[in-house]
Amino acid sequence: MKWIRRTALLCAAVLAIGGCGGAGGDDGGGGSSDSKKVTIEFWNIATNEPLKSVFANAIRDFQAKHPNIEIKNVAIENDAFKSKLTTTMQSGKAPDIFHTWGGGVLKQQADAGLVKDVTEDIASWPQKFTNAAIAPYQFDGKTYAVPHDIGMVGIWYNKALFKKAGIEQPPATWSEFIEAVKKLKAAGITPIALAGKAKWPGHYYWSYLAMRIGGLDALKQAAETKDFTDPAFIEAGRKLKELVDLEPFQKGFLGAAYDTADGQAATMGNGKAAMELMGQWAPSVQSSAGKGIGDDLGFFPFPAVEGGKGTNTEALGGGGGFAVGAEAPPEALEFLKFLTEETEHRKAVESGGVLPVLQGEEDAVKDPNLAEVAKHLAATTGFQLYLDQAFPPAVGQEVNDSVAELIAGTETPEGVAKAITETAKSE
Amino acid sequence: MNAIRPRSRRARLRGSLTILAFILPALALFCMLVLTPIIVGFYTSLFKWNGLGGLPRDFVGLDNYTRLFADPVFYGDLWHTVVLVVLSLVIQLPLALGIALLLNQRLRGRAFYRVVFFAPYVLSEAITAVLFMLILSPSVGLANQILGIVGLDGLEWFADQSTVLLSLFLVITWKYFGLHMILYLTGRQAIPREIIEAAQIDGGNAWQVFRRVTLPLLGPTIRISIFLSVIGTIQLFDLVWIITEGGPSHASETLAVTMYQFGFKRFQVGYASAISVVMFLLSLVFALGYQRYVMRRDLEGATTVLREQR
Repeated sequence: MKWIRRTALLCAAVLAIGGCGGAGGDDGGGGSSDSKKVTIEFWNIATNEPLKSVFANAIRDFQAKHPNIEIKNVAIENDAFKSKLTTTMQSGKAPDIFHTWGGGVLKQQADAGLVKDVTEDIASWPQKFTNAAIAPYQFDGKTYAVPHDIGMVGIWYNKALFKKAGIEQPPATWSEFIEAVKKLKAAGITPIALAGKAKWPGHYYWSYLAMRIGGLDALKQAAETKDFTDPAFIEAGRKLKELVDLEPFQKGFLGAAYDTADGQAATMGNGKAAMELMGQWAPSVQSSAGKGIGDDLGFFPFPAVEGGKGTNTEALGGGGGFAVGAEAPPEALEFLKFLTEETEHRKAVESGGVLPVLQGEEDAVKDPNLAEVAKHLAATTGFQLYLDQAFPPAVGQEVNDSVAELIAGTETPEGVAKAITETAKSE
Repeated sequence: MNAIRPRSRRARLRGSLTILAFILPALALFCMLVLTPIIVGFYTSLFKWNGLGGLPRDFVGLDNYTRLFADPVFYGDLWHTVVLVVLSLVIQLPLALGIALLLNQRLRGRAFYRVVFFAPYVLSEAITAVLFMLILSPSVGLANQILGIVGLDGLEWFADQSTVLLSLFLVITWKYFGLHMILYLTGRQAIPREIIEAAQIDGGNAWQVFRRVTLPLLGPTIRISIFLSVIGTIQLFDLVWIITEGGPSHASETLAVTMYQFGFKRFQVGYASAISVVMFLLSLVFALGYQRYVMRRDLEGATTVLREQR
């Protein structure tokens, strides 16, 4: 059966190409068949479904419309992608189109002159991106990538375990949150799953606390002045230490990875912990690394801290976009325009692979968990990119490392602020 | 005599050319793949450089080194290296020696045991790492379940700062004792039977024969095995990176892990180069010193043969 469908698709594609070729010939006065064929390398990290087929289909459709452009689909697994891209960039080259998470890493690449400034191109396109979606790729008023995905970090919780511990509704403030952790502990339930070895999941706590206490402006200012010794950051460390001192994490969390069989996602997915602070991808990893908890899974934004400058409608998150190499042919942007047009991008959103980046696209989200995240995203009043992406790589890693030390009990809240400041100043 | 001289000089020249032709490919590869990276590493260690956009430009002199020598993580790395070296020397190598001597006895299934003990060494580091992460997992691991059956509390293995280094040493021992065992076994088999027999006839008991005859004759093998073990520990990376990434809280970090963190996570390539230079110097100093003072007698044979030929 499969091959019949495939053959049919192939026939359709051939017909479409033939049709387009004819049309092109009419418009351009007999040009397109002998115009030179352009090959665009498209580096992405879509090695898994559903995005894998979404991209494959998009490329097929695009090539059908533009017979002179060939899109070479290079899908590489996440970590391998990072090292491969780094090696390529260090040799002074950039792929035509490549996946980026924006922030400090992209800025370094842009500063080195390896990435194309796409500000004007995007402005002329019909599709309009939301501010949160495009923010990670904008520096000094210029845009260096086209957004394709966006998401936010929040607390995923197990409704059944909350009920068992007698917690009526998700905590909205930090003291309610601490109270909930104590109740869960008293009921013999591990309150929080955490991947201590991976470090980045831990940095979400510190980042969110800093956002809630100091507000987004405190982070913005710290990034500029390279000074993280503001009382807000020290207080963030103290609040995190207050949580750590309750010993809320699963046994052996300091050695736990994120997505392995005994990692954070599996602990949560097997119903062995009540909460995890994680991004929009959490439900799918919970059910691939563990069993998944189905309808028991719920989502609430990180609680507000009493007396803090931030609100709980401000989100920490990030997305995925596509940057264009400085020397890529103009056809690369042509493809990105096609890929993020509303009709095309909706297909990606409907597949559950990405969340809306275009204005008015929210209704395309089908998965209830993702719809919940999309709902919160649409209502955000402020957006902060993950700190380990937003800052230059060294500073981002220092945030991860020193917060991990704080969680392991070998660093003080003051020490964290000092270490990040020192690294920021040395950059 | 005079008639022979020029001919012999020509022959000598031809000899040198032959030698050159034979070593040239290896020499070219050595320069390209070993010497050049070392020199480039030295060079970049003097710059503040994120690795992007052509050659480094921001010259900082020895700043990277002063920063390194002020970093407690660096001293932690050195300490972990020392601990692992000492543990290897007092536990892993004697264990390998013991098993090698056992397997030298006439023993049923001897060949089978040799294969079994050597097998871990053939496994890749990555597979070993993943294997032990599963076995020593605090929540679902086999080791803790066995401890549970005996009624003992499970350990946190790699997840606890106080046990992580010992747990790593366990894995290292499992992985590498096979290599040392095979070395000792071949060394032991190279000892002529008659020497041992002579010692036995002279009335030496098993211990005396081992202590006074076998062990001294195994000397060269033991010295080379210590050498390999120490150099391997200085450069230890794969196992640690996959299992703990140097954590928790730097408790299992090695020089190579720190270097990787800075070079490929933080993109401070200049600083990472400084770490790699220090690693290189440590290995070099150890290798030269060890060969000069400890292995001199073992190497003497080899060098004198060359000299005589010349």
